[in-house]
Amino acid sequence: MEALAKTDFLAKDDLPEKPFVLWRPTAKTGLMSWLTTVDHKRIGFLYGISGLFFFIFGGIEALLIRIQLAVPNNTFLTSAQYSEMFTMHGTTMIFLVVMPIGAAFFNFIMPLQIGARDVAFPRLNAFSFWTFLVGAIIVNLGWFMKGGAPDAGWFGYAPLTTRTFSPTHAIDMWVMGLQLLGVASIAAALNFIVTIINLRAPGMTMMRLPVFTWMTLFTSFLIILSFPAITIALIEIMMDRLFGTNFFEVSNGGLPILWQHLFWIFGHPEVYILILPAMGIISEILPTFARKPLFGYPVVVFSGASIGFLGFGVWSHHMFTTGMGTTATAAFALMTMAIAVPTGVKIFNWIGTLWGGHLSMRTPMMFALGFLWMFMIGGLSGVMHAAAPADAQQHGSYFIVAHFHYVLIGGSLFALFAGIHYWFPLMFGRRVSEFWGKLAFWLVFVGFNVTFFPMHFLGLEGMPRRTFTYDANMGWNTGNFWSTVGAFILAIGVAVYFLTMIYTYFRGARTTRDPWDARTLEWSLPNPPPEYNFRVLPTVHARDDWWYEKRHTQEIAREAAEHARAEDAHGGIHMPFQSIYPFCASVGILIGAIGVAVVDPANPAQYPGFWGPKIAVTILGGAIMFVSVVLWSLEGNEGYHIHLNEDGSIKDDAGHAPAGH
Amino acid sequence: MSSTAAATLNHHHDPTTSTGIANKKLLMWAFLASDCMFFGCLISTHLIYRLHPPPGTPPAREVFSIELTSFSTFILLMSSLMMALAVNAIQKGNLKSLRWSLLTTIFFGCIFLGCQVYEFRNFVFEKHLTITNSILGTTFFTLTGTHGLHVLIGVIWLSGMLLYSFTGRLTEKDSIDVESMGLYWHFVDIVWIVIFTAVYLLEYI
Repeated sequence: MEALAKTDFLAKDDLPEKPFVLWRPTAKTGLMSWLTTVDHKRIGFLYGISGLFFFIFGGIEALLIRIQLAVPNNTFLTSAQYSEMFTMHGTTMIFLVVMPIGAAFFNFIMPLQIGARDVAFPRLNAFSFWTFLVGAIIVNLGWFMKGGAPDAGWFGYAPLTTRTFSPTHAIDMWVMGLQLLGVASIAAALNFIVTIINLRAPGMTMMRLPVFTWMTLFTSFLIILSFPAITIALIEIMMDRLFGTNFFEVSNGGLPILWQHLFWIFGHPEVYILILPAMGIISEILPTFARKPLFGYPVVVFSGASIGFLGFGVWSHHMFTTGMGTTATAAFALMTMAIAVPTGVKIFNWIGTLWGGHLSMRTPMMFALGFLWMFMIGGLSGVMHAAAPADAQQHGSYFIVAHFHYVLIGGSLFALFAGIHYWFPLMFGRRVSEFWGKLAFWLVFVGFNVTFFPMHFLGLEGMPRRTFTYDANMGWNTGNFWSTVGAFILAIGVAVYFLTMIYTYFRGARTTRDPWDARTLEWSLPNPPPEYNFRVLPTVHARDDWWYEKRHTQEIAREAAEHARAEDAHGGIHMPFQSIYPFCASVGILIGAIGVAVVDPANPAQYPGFWGPKIAVTILGGAIMFVSVVLWSLEGNEGYHIHLNEDGSIKDDAGHAPAGH
Repeated sequence: MSSTAAATLNHHHDPTTSTGIANKKLLMWAFLASDCMFFGCLISTHLIYRLHPPPGTPPAREVFSIELTSFSTFILLMSSLMMALAVNAIQKGNLKSLRWSLLTTIFFGCIFLGCQVYEFRNFVFEKHLTITNSILGTTFFTLTGTHGLHVLIGVIWLSGMLLYSFTGRLTEKDSIDVESMGLYWHFVDIVWIVIFTAVYLLEYI
């Protein structure tokens, strides 16, 4: 009877015999181990490595843009190539760089911060990553095709994206790729929401959550509530392109303005999806290096929530020049000003954290302080756009380009760099050189400002966005020249940063546990953290729990010993089985997406009815996905148990778990 | 499964989670929140375009057959009742009752889908409303078609669960699997109530 009352999580201890289809992969090393992994830390690495890989692409695209604009009347790129460059630069940097690197931190850090052994749905987590990768591949396929890469801007305004104006498959791939990136993001976000709400260690109340975890939660809610809007917009444009519907077909009553509304209902929450994780990282780093608790923790949390909430009510400030009418314009202008308030509150809380602290100027702290300053400049130029009459002048000019690069590089990217440097010792057990780290910081900082500060002036002097060249007599020559010089300094800085990371990964000095004397639970783990994360699930006593643990060692040791005994009696540490089916499902999606977006429609003379290679490939992909999902659900969410020695190594005789990790 | 054992299972509290809400249930609720936005955008599209019909658009009233749609709406609502009975059955460990309830739910779902297929064919071939020839056709077929796809996914899921119940692996402990499927099914029903009101009934005011 008691066994019945237990859930699967506790009861199933033995590996089933290896069945014909539903075998469970057990590889711990090699390619198979990565394809079948369900470990949130490994999935975090996969996200991070993919994000950095695409960062190189997006960076090269940016440099090509800057080379083209370095001098007036340049012919380095054609106007068509230039359109591909800025479209793919925007799409890549937003969806394939900042979001996945953010997701890497969500995956790696968040479960450790709440004292969990994995996310709530480990296989769904793997599926999210593989589907993300599929979407990234589809978006970038155009580079290898006759039709070229997508070239309608990262916002893909209709009717430019309709078949009339973009007849090649480039836009089909952009539409399909973004659709899949949305599916991947929503699946991942659902997982994080359930994990944060349901998998907290005992004592980890919501108001004890580390701020980074809070921001993960808010970001996840923004993702699940805003991505459906772009999903619908993409479905509508896809229907227009594939089946000849009239959503954006003006001659049959379609309204292209609808695309803008749907896109920005997604697009504005999206910018908070990009910045909230950054704010979370900063809220971890500043207290650590100021040696003080975060100033006004509840206020920081609630301002994060109000940013997320208000973020759904400001989308039309991207559309002030479309003629919405005075009431709508005034309402959206007011909301946009209102959203600056919680953002400002956060800035003051960070300053309050620094105030009177014993500042320790390590590289992560440098990036964090850089974030604070640069993000504030971006915020100030942002709130200028809230004034609709002023915005009418700035709209579509380089002033806007300057603004959003200040919030996306000076904001998001600085914070992500700070985070990589900060958590590097935890992830790899090696410490990054301070000299090279700081050199990279100064190069990035100077390069970034030299690139983007002149753009404010270029914009106010009337230089429009997305033009591939300009005349010499416009007065834009100096600004553009310095901007290009700055871009190369920035590129060198980024290169120094990552070469330092690569060197450190292989040759860096080994470090001990908790090298920064930090405050949150992830630092209680040995580095790199073992597969099972916590030898004993922690009991949380305070907001900065690791700080508390470090000052109450005897109490914690007593508690840990008790819990270890209890857990051993319950059958040991539960680990989820690995699974290949999330990967298989994503492969099916890849094939189906190629069918929808890449294969040419059938020639009616050749095939009867609607049959043809397009339908065949799509159905094949769909079938692979369906079968994978069925097998995925049939194999079940069982796992195995491991027992640990005192030092954290896995006991060999414990069930079927392979030794070592 | 003895009745005493059944009494020890509390289907409204999962001791392994921080909140006591089962992970799968929380996942489904969050997903449904997302799906609300999904249908919200699609329904909004229809309502916006409804206000701007280009010349030559047939009046929706002349196309719709409100009797048929009312019937299929009623059937879909009844399927929700059967779904609720199915959840109740598995929570009591009553597999036989579960199977009958699931079968009825699937049957009603199929009737709804059949009505939709008939309606679509009728609109296209008799009323000459196609997905390409007018903005009404575009939004109507996309919106109701997307809902129909949701119903179809539900029917496939229900059928999978029905087949699975014969393997002997589906027990009272797994009632959360049926329950979260039920949440999905009820949601698809509720969306249909909104669509029925906003797309069909609105034309008769």
